[in-house]
Amino acid sequence: MEAQSTPVSYLPIIFQMIVALGFVVTTMIATHLLGPKRKTKDKLTPFESGIEVIGNARQPFSIKYFLVAILFVLFDIEVIFMYPWAVNFREMGMEGLIEMFIFMGTLLLGFIYIIKKKALDWE
Amino acid sequence: MNLFYFIAFLSIFFSLLVIFSKNPVYSVLYLIVTFFTLTIHYILLNAQFLAIVNFIVYMGAIMVLFLFVLMLLNLNEDSEPMKSNLIKVAGVVAGMCLLVTLVGSFRALGDSDPLILKNPEIGLVKNLGKVLFDEFLLPFEISSILLLSAMVGAVLLAKKDPKKI
Repeated sequence: MEAQSTPVSYLPIIFQMIVALGFVVTTMIATHLLGPKRKTKDKLTPFESGIEVIGNARQPFSIKYFLVAILFVLFDIEVIFMYPWAVNFREMGMEGLIEMFIFMGTLLLGFIYIIKKKALDWE
Repeated sequence: MNLFYFIAFLSIFFSLLVIFSKNPVYSVLYLIVTFFTLTIHYILLNAQFLAIVNFIVYMGAIMVLFLFVLMLLNLNEDSEPMKSNLIKVAGVVAGMCLLVTLVGSFRALGDSDPLILKNPEIGLVKNLGKVLFDEFLLPFEISSILLLSAMVGAVLLAKKDPKKI
């Protein structure tokens, strides 16, 4: 029988998160309280390589970014499915290998399709 | 049990903030926090694989997609479509109808028999893998076809055909 794993095992992670978040929050509050504040109009403008700000930041942008992101999500899900397989890799042996390869082969077809369609090419 | 009520309160609170915040980007950020509380719920249920998947895929990847969709839309305040009160009332009525239907169907399904797990460690990655590659092998392989069709659909929709232009 494998080791008992309960929600209590996550307590160290929660402590680590509290410490990490707490450090960020304390430093941000401390800098706000300690630092001098001399705000001028020039200091408050958005800085982008010294170029003057033109127009609005809320411009609709190209769908190519979205395509890359959604393909990333799909392959991300594929990788997620590999975890339960990898943990049981030795026990399932050849059978599990074939099962997983069918799954991965289908997605490899999709990958070939993407490459052939040049969907990831940046024109 | 107290921890559960606290986390449940937090999830409802942040999901209400998702609805009520005026800025859509803030809505998405509150949605991330809501998903984080759902991750804690999964951990409390000892469904650790689902918790990690929820953390990585939903909080990380899908939220990026949501933000991208927001950026694809034109969110200038002057081009914001007017939301009339009639539409709001219609939305509330529709939501209430859905709620009544769901509650009614749950009641009709019989007494809320609490699910007693035979194996409390069923949610761990190892046990889940054993079930996934044995009992639920066919749905698992079919899900790959689902992912493939999603890929093809995304490429077809987002990629313009060079021949037509």
